[in-house]
Amino acid sequence: MSAPEAVAPPAPAWRGALRRVPWQQLTPLLALVLLVVVGSLLHPSFLTATNLFNVLTRSAFIGIIAVGATFVIIGGGIDLSVGSMAAFLSGAMILLMNALQGGALSPVGVVLMGVGMVLGSGLVAGAANGLAITRGRIEPFIVTLGTLGIFRSLVTYLADGGTISLDFGLRGVYRPVFYGNLLGIPIPVWAFAVVAVLGAILLHRTRFGRYVRAIGSNQEVARYAAIRVARIRTLTYVIQGLCVAIAVVLYVPRLGSASASTGILWELEAIAAVIIGGTALKGGSGHIWGTVVGAIMLSLIGNVLNLTSVISEYLNGTVQGLIIIGAVFLQRGRQGR
Amino acid sequence: MNRSFRILAAVATLAFGVALAQTTTIGVSIPAATHGWTGGVNWWAAQAKTRLEAAYPNLEFVINTAGSPAEQADDLEDLIAINQIDALVILPFESDPLTEPVASAKDRGVFITVVDRGLSRAGIEDVYVAGNNTVMGQVSAEYIIERLGGQGKIVVLRGIPTAIDNERFDAFMALVEPTDIEVLDSQYANWNRDDGFEVMQDFLTRFPEIDAVWAQDDDIALGVIEALRQAGRENELFVVGGAGMKEIIKGVMDGDTLIPVDVLYPPAMIATAMEVTALKFVSDVPILGRYILDSTLITPENAADYYFPDSPF
Repeated sequence: MSAPEAVAPPAPAWRGALRRVPWQQLTPLLALVLLVVVGSLLHPSFLTATNLFNVLTRSAFIGIIAVGATFVIIGGGIDLSVGSMAAFLSGAMILLMNALQGGALSPVGVVLMGVGMVLGSGLVAGAANGLAITRGRIEPFIVTLGTLGIFRSLVTYLADGGTISLDFGLRGVYRPVFYGNLLGIPIPVWAFAVVAVLGAILLHRTRFGRYVRAIGSNQEVARYAAIRVARIRTLTYVIQGLCVAIAVVLYVPRLGSASASTGILWELEAIAAVIIGGTALKGGSGHIWGTVVGAIMLSLIGNVLNLTSVISEYLNGTVQGLIIIGAVFLQRGRQGR
Repeated sequence: MNRSFRILAAVATLAFGVALAQTTTIGVSIPAATHGWTGGVNWWAAQAKTRLEAAYPNLEFVINTAGSPAEQADDLEDLIAINQIDALVILPFESDPLTEPVASAKDRGVFITVVDRGLSRAGIEDVYVAGNNTVMGQVSAEYIIERLGGQGKIVVLRGIPTAIDNERFDAFMALVEPTDIEVLDSQYANWNRDDGFEVMQDFLTRFPEIDAVWAQDDDIALGVIEALRQAGRENELFVVGGAGMKEIIKGVMDGDTLIPVDVLYPPAMIATAMEVTALKFVSDVPILGRYILDSTLITPENAADYYFPDSPF
């Protein structure tokens, strides 16, 4: 990473540059590189473009949601409702598009209506979480645990306990949003990249981002500094809701269906991605690129395990657990010094 | 005043007691609709309740759905204490945690019908109704072996690590192992479409040659198909699912080549159990015993018999 400065200047500057490299922040990236090396040793197909794009595409759902979760967590909050919210928005979107199909709108128009509805609903759902937390003064854990149950049971109700399936007349039009490519790179990977870059700019280069970090590290001090704490915190949940909606727009065309088992435990994966990426669960500090690395790592572990028979399928969970704990342990150990 | 009130109360109690004696209450305790198959169970239970209550006015069914074994045990206590049930039809969430609660219902004189997942102790239930997981694995294996002529390469996607999954998998492997069919690998896909999609993507990356996929479950099979389409490999193999989801059965009926057959594991077994239990209270026919439903191979010829377009599953 520091190669350009590292070679040319004389010794003292060289040492300084080396010291300036934020080693503890790079641990997640090192763990990722290690996983890639292990994967490529395990199976020759691992490093093919198809496989790597499969992994990146898969990580896009959790990754995009986790970008939103980074704001919420850095701001000192937590959102447990994202998986259920994704399932509910998927179900509602499919039902709306099925209802509009065959009406005055063209299939493309129907899909655009669906996308618009989901993005709007995501903002509203996020705002509802945020307002209940800030204006209602209820702990975020409780509010979002409540909405987790509400969204999950609503999708079960909408699906009548079964599965909501997208009308086959619409699948052809909508399918490319997940399966399509732009310049050889799958659309969901583009979307993930764009969301991550915008998220990073918002968090690291704007006043809003600074406020979020200030509130997360000390809410009282932030309040004395005339930061409108309630508004900023609410906005972090709105961003989270929008991110969930974007993930849903990419998720629905993959299988064209939603059921009560859609998005189960996505909230834990999203939070895990954020923490693996070096954001503190107690809030105050963190960065988007770490979250991106964390999300990719989670998908990569599953992929590597599927590519080998060396480990019994009964032990997959153990390996996953060990790698996650290991990655975060390295980070903590260095920061503690 | 006081005395007349007491008489009134006594009369009311008596009338209420007579009314209770005339109605037989049957409690039905099933898992909540958390995936396709349990969704089917819920739908069929509601259908059977409607039909049976219309046919036999002296029967009343109370359906409870539970999200976990502990919640189901609580439901049982409520059914006994509040609804005062005469009979219980239960599809246990898990065998071990529910054995004692069901046994204590039995001790209070409740007639017990157990569905699908047997209790851990013998002799508690009066009636047992179940699908046959072992036969389901065998029927799937027989079809794949015959279709491949006893040789080829297959991959297996398993369900959620449970006794049900083990019975299916072990029975399947017992028939496949003696043949020249090579099982390239098996991984859990948790009876879930998304997991089916991702596991199959990785199998396709890893194995350039696959002749058949045993997905064991229709939800997994739907995920598998999307992965095959994405890789453009849907013409080089076939997929065998299971359970009897209406979309899959429709496909079989229409001669789909990618999923040519389905292996039945009917969620409607809850309705069978309710019908049998109802007979106990409306007739003198002998009903005690074990009812094991077949795991039929559904082919284009018989698919119409198993197609229920109104069911959510």
